[in-house]
Amino acid sequence: MNMMCEQKIDGIIEKYRGQPGSLIHALVEIQHENRWLPREVMHRVAEALEVPFAQVLQIASFYKTFSLTPKGRHEVHVCTGMTCHLRGAAKLLAKVEELTGLKDGETDAQARFTLETGACLGSCSIGPELIVDGRHYGRMTPDKAEDVLNRYE
Amino acid sequence: MARLHSAAELEALRAEILAGRDSGKPCIAVCAGAACDGMDSAAVAAAFLAEAGKQNLGDRLEVRTTGCHGYCEKGPNVVVSPGEICYFEVSPADVPEIVAATLKGEVVERLVYRDPVSGAKAVHMNEVPFYKHQMRLLIGDNPKIDPMKIDDYLAVGGYAALVKALSSMTPEQVLDEVKKANLRGRGGGGFPAGSKWETTRNAPEKIKYVIVNGHEGESAAFMDRAMLTGNPHKVLEGLIIGAYAIGAQKGFMYTRHDMPLLEKHVRNALAQAKEYGLLGENILGSGFDFEVELHFDVGIFVSGESSALMRSIEGNAPEPRPKYIRTSVSGIWDKPSNLNNVETWANVPQIISRGAAWFTSIGSEKSRGTKLISLSGNVVNSGVVEVPMGTPLRTLVHDIGGGVRDGKTLKAIHFGGAMGGSIPAALIDAPLEFDGMSKLGAPIGAGGLLLMDEDTDMVEVARYLLDFLTKESCGKCAPCREGMKQMLQLLTGLTEGRGKAGDLERLQDLMEVTGLSSLCALGKTSPDPLKSMFRYFRPEFEAHIPGNAAGGSGDTK
Ligand SMILES: Cc1cc2nc3c(=O)[nH]c(=O)nc-3n(C[C@H](O)[C@H](O)[C@H](O)COP(=O)(O)O)c2cc1C
Ligand code: FES
Repeated sequence: MNMMCEQKIDGIIEKYRGQPGSLIHALVEIQHENRWLPREVMHRVAEALEVPFAQVLQIASFYKTFSLTPKGRHEVHVCTGMTCHLRGAAKLLAKVEELTGLKDGETDAQARFTLETGACLGSCSIGPELIVDGRHYGRMTPDKAEDVLNRYE
Repeated sequence: MARLHSAAELEALRAEILAGRDSGKPCIAVCAGAACDGMDSAAVAAAFLAEAGKQNLGDRLEVRTTGCHGYCEKGPNVVVSPGEICYFEVSPADVPEIVAATLKGEVVERLVYRDPVSGAKAVHMNEVPFYKHQMRLLIGDNPKIDPMKIDDYLAVGGYAALVKALSSMTPEQVLDEVKKANLRGRGGGGFPAGSKWETTRNAPEKIKYVIVNGHEGESAAFMDRAMLTGNPHKVLEGLIIGAYAIGAQKGFMYTRHDMPLLEKHVRNALAQAKEYGLLGENILGSGFDFEVELHFDVGIFVSGESSALMRSIEGNAPEPRPKYIRTSVSGIWDKPSNLNNVETWANVPQIISRGAAWFTSIGSEKSRGTKLISLSGNVVNSGVVEVPMGTPLRTLVHDIGGGVRDGKTLKAIHFGGAMGGSIPAALIDAPLEFDGMSKLGAPIGAGGLLLMDEDTDMVEVARYLLDFLTKESCGKCAPCREGMKQMLQLLTGLTEGRGKAGDLERLQDLMEVTGLSSLCALGKTSPDPLKSMFRYFRPEFEAHIPGNAAGGSGDTK
């Protein structure tokens, strides 16, 4: 974690100090900022928001959005929603797994990519979809996937 | 922006906005909805702005970025008014030509719709087959509105229903109108909104809440976000009117965390409504106070279920609770809380401004009004569709959807995602209706409609849907957690060629037990897709059992 990030996290925690009802808000904001939730940060959240640490851990481990381990520089997401599935998402996913050497939820040793799957992102009309760092690549084929991934170092 | 203190001030502002607009001035609306965005419509919008800037066209041409127009399949979509000229699959390179033609009042013929069979052209929105069979009461304003500008919403008559409710109707009268309209919830259950509102209104507790369910977790459903991202004020106006009728002081919008544009538009809409005094204390001088808070789901399907959603707003893990305590009586922090779907709320303003009699003249007897449908799967034209309730599925599939892709034949129509069901193509003349579709085994759910072509392996689809739900179960109750897992194992066995005698009977038992004994609707309805497939496509399952005529191969594809 760099200094900037550290400061932003402090800001988020301060904003919700004494507001147990805002636990999810605080965690979501920290996740967005830092892309994962270090244990030490969760302890500080518990203390500031006056909720038991166990509750913070429960929320953080329950929801898929939260990551308890650091992520790669780029988040690669393959939509596995129903339409993408009907239109060939399984083949796309297999190709992306092969290219990255990762399975769902994993991060490579160089921390280049984290691979994720999920349904449904609501751009069904242009499925199958590959999403990298929030940018959507519609009508994706296994062949084109390599090109897309090569753009990310 | 100045705070408005009365209905008259709002109407004066509306008149001023309209007077400042020249209806003859061409406007180019570029769709920035989820699908068009994925096809880089942002580059198209940027190219229009650059071209207008380069030619200094500020007062001769308007460029507007909007929410989803509907015809997502053919994005990036551009609509030019006046005339609602539709251009499809527009790229930045097409922009100078469109601008030049628009200034001359001409049409760029090569970018308009062409019938794939006859080659016939359709220029205007009301001639394009995808649009012309629809009734776009809710989504139709999307191309006319920049969702970041409340003035655009006012220009199309927005907040007139709120003015009418606050200045000339009592809360009881508003409630009465919604009851008479027989507005049924669009989130899945089809429960009458009026009676739910009344329950919350009559609950003894003084503090009450109203909530928008914008979670939209159903797979292949994207109409709620098209509505909320593209026209957030319509949903908000409905919510404020509902709060007035119910006597709620506070509202919550609960929506997706993973759509940055959705978040931006809703946040901005809330802030602008507040600045105009449409939220806050003493709204338009009526004495009615109302605030709205924005909340986000955190990426799990079950948090769209009413009690789980409310737990989540409280800041707790979204575990559902048994239904015998109704959330309309005891919801968020045990206060009476009325939850409705995005589309349900979006219907409220028109019911108030045009009346229940008008509303009940649309649709079928037990299902009134229109329904938003997310049309996708193996269909030619996917997108967000709005038709009167009671419309035959054939119209959706063929006239609007353009039939099945790649010249294949239709095998099944699936509704309602992982908690819905599939019916065979032979039932294509069934009307789109809550009760009728439930009886057939494919409840509308939130409105995700998928076409499946002849190559679809129904056993594999059943496995896929259960796999999805198994990952989404919150794990609180055993029947859901374990029942689904067992069903999934059996189905996986079938698809991998490990089917054995007795599997189908065991699946039948598991479906019944899981359906009967799970705590919330996720578990209760988890066997529904499989049930519908057993009902209509049983031979396909039998073919995976050794000893049956068709043999035990898992390979039907
Ligand atoms: C597992 C599960 C997920 C649900 N997800 C949603 C959803 O994403 N959006 C929604 O409006 N309703 C959803 N519902 C239905 C809600 O519980 C509730 O019935 C609905 O929001 C009420 O609004 P309505 O009466 O306007 O339809 C879900 C229900 C279940 C059991
Ligand atoms: S997203 Fe552009 S038309 Fe639907």
